[in-house]
Amino acid sequence: MLPSYLTMAAILFCIGLYGALVKRNAVIVLLSIELMLNAVNLNLVAFSKYGVVPSLTGQIFALFTITVAAAEAAVGVAVLIALFRARGTVNVDEFDEMRR
Amino acid sequence: MDQFTQTAWLIPLFPFAAFLLLTALGRSYRRAGVMIGSVGALAALVMSLLVFFERLDPDAVDYSEGFNWITLGDYTLKIGFEVTNLNSLMLIIVTLVSFLVNVYSAGYMKKDERITVFYGYVALFTFAMLGLVLSDNMLVFYIFWELVGVCSFLLVGFWYAKPAARAAAKKAFIVTRIGDAGLLLGIIVLFWYMPGHALDFSSIHNVFSEGQSGAITMSITTSIALLLFMGVIGKSGQFPLHVWLPDAMEGPTPISALIHAATMVAAGVFLLARTFDIFEASAAAMHTVAYFGGFTAIFAAMVALAQNDIKRILAYSTISQLGYMVMAMGLGSMTGGIFHLFTHAFFKALLFLAAGSVIHAVHTQNIHEMGGLGSKMRITAWTFGIGALSLSGIPPFSGFWSKDAILASALDENPFLFVVGLAAAFCTALYMSRLFFIVFMGKSSVRQPREVRESSKSMTIPLLVLAVLSVGAGFVETPWNGWLGSWLTGGGEEVHASAAAIIASIAVGVLGIYVGWLMYGKGSIERGAAAAKAPWLANLLERQYYINEFYDLVIVRSVRGIGKSLAAFDEYVIGGAVRFFGFATVTGGRMLTRMNNGQTQVFGLTAVIGLLVIIAVIVGRRFW
Repeated sequence: MLPSYLTMAAILFCIGLYGALVKRNAVIVLLSIELMLNAVNLNLVAFSKYGVVPSLTGQIFALFTITVAAAEAAVGVAVLIALFRARGTVNVDEFDEMRR
Repeated sequence: MDQFTQTAWLIPLFPFAAFLLLTALGRSYRRAGVMIGSVGALAALVMSLLVFFERLDPDAVDYSEGFNWITLGDYTLKIGFEVTNLNSLMLIIVTLVSFLVNVYSAGYMKKDERITVFYGYVALFTFAMLGLVLSDNMLVFYIFWELVGVCSFLLVGFWYAKPAARAAAKKAFIVTRIGDAGLLLGIIVLFWYMPGHALDFSSIHNVFSEGQSGAITMSITTSIALLLFMGVIGKSGQFPLHVWLPDAMEGPTPISALIHAATMVAAGVFLLARTFDIFEASAAAMHTVAYFGGFTAIFAAMVALAQNDIKRILAYSTISQLGYMVMAMGLGSMTGGIFHLFTHAFFKALLFLAAGSVIHAVHTQNIHEMGGLGSKMRITAWTFGIGALSLSGIPPFSGFWSKDAILASALDENPFLFVVGLAAAFCTALYMSRLFFIVFMGKSSVRQPREVRESSKSMTIPLLVLAVLSVGAGFVETPWNGWLGSWLTGGGEEVHASAAAIIASIAVGVLGIYVGWLMYGKGSIERGAAAAKAPWLANLLERQYYINEFYDLVIVRSVRGIGKSLAAFDEYVIGGAVRFFGFATVTGGRMLTRMNNGQTQVFGLTAVIGLLVIIAVIVGRRFW
């Protein structure tokens, strides 16, 4: 079973990575990051069940990650709203302050 | 009793101190500079005389003193000085000529802007030459040998504004360097094979004079001797490498007298004398030395017949006389070689200084633009005449005795070289009489722009001193008085004396002068008669056997071609690679700058690419 889960997680991660790197809309970029995080969670859970040394630690760690991801999404969306108010756009191409 | 001998190391330091002082003072102290240079040389002369007088004591033993310089493992290199009879004689020659040249230059170089620089160089040269003479081992000898070469380079190129002087300086340096490479190789081979790697002259003497004690094989001995002889060929202007010496006449005339007649070019002969045991141990090397010397003597004397530049004639004469000395060495007559070196130093320095006096007065070096100077420059003419007679080998002038010593030993050892020597002596007498009659006799040339006067006292007094020496110096060794020989070699060398050699040598000398007088003095033989009969020969001699052209064609061009191709390699391959990397780095930097557009996603993409590269490397290493 493990390879199927890992393949699934890898596909999910690649989709997330693609979205994070390519999409213009900042909201979709945030969503893609969530997708990548969840791919990692899937890996953790899969290894905790079918790994060489099954252990609950993986599942607990997954729960921990979900918590952190919720906090991250809250902060990210808050920053995004602040940015939208300031710049009037959520297009990531427009945000190039780090050039200098 | 030999307290002066023990302090002989001070002798080179006087001119060295003068050099440092002159360099420190700069160009403004013109009169003081002349004084400093002269006093330095005078102090060295006085010290040398004191050492020399101590050496006259028949019980005097060779004295050497030194300290450890470098210790490598269990090998210790010592440097030090050594005083032998030969060295003390050389000390006298070098310091005396150097002092007289210092005095002479005060007049000759009076108007030159860089006179203090000139005196500094002369002092440095004197220091180096004295160091060379006093050195007690081959390595120190080699260091000073190169140092005199540098001084020669500096002084030949002293008037560096003249392109010819620049070229001559370079030529002098490079051509002698070819010989010096051989000398260095010889020293290295010697170092390798000597028991205990000893390089000092007394060890060399001990090893080689035992008649092949088995320490060093015959073939090695011969190759060491021939390699050392390469150095002699370069420095003393022997046949294949003589080309630099005539060109070196571009330097100031006092320098030609000091360096290129009396002292530095004699260093090669001195080297032969210092390492004479090595040469004596190998018959093949001795023959090579003798034939090279003999060939150079006749070859250069013939070229001198057809030259028109007064200094060039004297330069070829110097080459020819050095050939005599080398030939004497090769014939096993160290006494003859050193004796001729001794007398030659005086009369050739005299001839050069007198020529300088003439050049100073008429501002040309072409003998056909002179003429009739005898009545206007009496002292110069008389002293030049004495030098010319001495060089031509007319008794009782010093050159006769030394040339006779060489010819007598040649008659005993090798009749062929005796004939060669006689022929060279005839040419010598002929070209000297030609020079003398054209320059000082006859009618004065139209191309003398102003009143010609005798030179100042500071120039004529050295001439007079040298003239006295040219007359008297020969009596230290005569066929019936072998004082110099027994003093130099400790009585080990037989005195060669034969009436036949004396008569033949006087006969060719007188004959040469008589023919010269008929052609150039009386004019009863048409001057161009000989040239008209064999125009090809005259042309060959005038162009110095086309040796310069030959070297230019065969060596200079090919070396220059190699140099050019290497320069092209440097320019296009190495320089191209450097430029390519510079260009690539700048272009890569530009591209990366363009990538840094401040967008988060580009940063992310870069990070992902980097991660992929790292993974690829890690995975790839497994399959490598």
